[in-house]
Amino acid sequence: MFRTDLHLTRRPSAHTIGLFLFVLAAMAIAHHGSAQNTPLISGGVAFFSSTYAGSTSFYPIIEPLLAAPLGQHVLVESRAAFLEFYSPKGGNQSGYDHSHFIGLTYLQGDYVASRHFTIVAGDYLIPFNTYNDRLSPVWIGNFQDGPLIANLNFSSSGSGLGGMLRGNAIQRSKYSIDYNYYYSTRSANEQFSASRGSGGRACLYLPEQRLEVGFSYDRLLQRTHENFYGAHVWWEPKDTAFRLRSEFARGQHAQGYWVEADYRTKAFGGLDSPIGRIEPLFRMQQTFRLDTIASDGLPRVNTQRADFGLDYNLPHNTRILTSYARQFSASGNYNIWETGIVYRFLFPAWKGKQP
Amino acid sequence: MNSRHFLYVALVLAVVSALALAAQQSSTPATQPTKHSAAHKQAAQPQNEGERIFQQNCARCHNAPEGFSPRISGAILRHMRVRASLSQHDEEQLLRFFNP
Repeated sequence: MFRTDLHLTRRPSAHTIGLFLFVLAAMAIAHHGSAQNTPLISGGVAFFSSTYAGSTSFYPIIEPLLAAPLGQHVLVESRAAFLEFYSPKGGNQSGYDHSHFIGLTYLQGDYVASRHFTIVAGDYLIPFNTYNDRLSPVWIGNFQDGPLIANLNFSSSGSGLGGMLRGNAIQRSKYSIDYNYYYSTRSANEQFSASRGSGGRACLYLPEQRLEVGFSYDRLLQRTHENFYGAHVWWEPKDTAFRLRSEFARGQHAQGYWVEADYRTKAFGGLDSPIGRIEPLFRMQQTFRLDTIASDGLPRVNTQRADFGLDYNLPHNTRILTSYARQFSASGNYNIWETGIVYRFLFPAWKGKQP
Repeated sequence: MNSRHFLYVALVLAVVSALALAAQQSSTPATQPTKHSAAHKQAAQPQNEGERIFQQNCARCHNAPEGFSPRISGAILRHMRVRASLSQHDEEQLLRFFNP
């Protein structure tokens, strides 16, 4: 099963490489000033395997990220995905079919006026709930594949083309409130396809409790206008390596939720001990179809799924991800086995001045 | 298995998590930073303003990378400033945390 956030059908063009290089060149031209502001190349390289209902697929993937600060207030950033996909041939044939995908995940410019006000322009990840803009990179997600409701918002591709305002509305010692507001125009461009829509997200964060509660809303503003609602709760208790994350999303034709918990113990020599590097995971999710119109990427029938994972955090920014899931639905019950290894890289785009 | 069963599972999970958390908090953390890297600092108790900002903002979504060139610390901070709506003060404190 694919990661649901890869959007494989969206931008299958080699022009992406040219755009990526263009961003790199722009970074080079604009690079000046502080020795600590050398543009960076980060990202993840991974090899995943997934056995879904007895059929095993393989997909190596590279997700590079470029980020270049310009002056005191501007950041240009972009992320891409390079993916090869090997899946068994159908019809009792032996061997594997092979396909590949190259696409920009986002390409945006940010102007940071203050902590209260940042302007984002370009092709950006839609901040509806939390998975899409926070957890979707391969080097961050705990599971190989995203939740079933990851694309349940006005843009099934997960990105918008236009502008966004974001920032911190209120900052106090006991709490803070962040906001996002975005507008996306309609575009049929191969590289920057997008739907017309707008929406926003507001989050309340309690730093002492390490509790975050947020609400999202967006609306499709083309063809049949549709509303989407979302809510999320994150709880990451202080001085522990326990994390509980959850989301709920409701669209015009379907709704669903997921809850994920992960834990690492400090009791046997800390997080960097052989035991502390083990990270058990659990995720539960359900989707519910509200009518028979399946235009949102969710399963066509009500689906329940439980994932049991065990990750291992190796030294040198490397993780091993393993999981077993059981999926229940009217179309059949399946086992899903996933294993993979991810390496995160992070280095200067070129040799710069020593700070 | 119907949806009610799944809700029961969620409830059991929440209770188990809370118990595990209580047990964890009752024990004394043994972690000490051993190397100069943000990842190791992340595992220790907050020691300064920069570390507190890191744990309350950056570490909410991802683990810290195991060290990086000081030449890109400014780019990392600008990226985090956009993602987490950090202030100029936060950025300066984090820069000090990354480059003590």
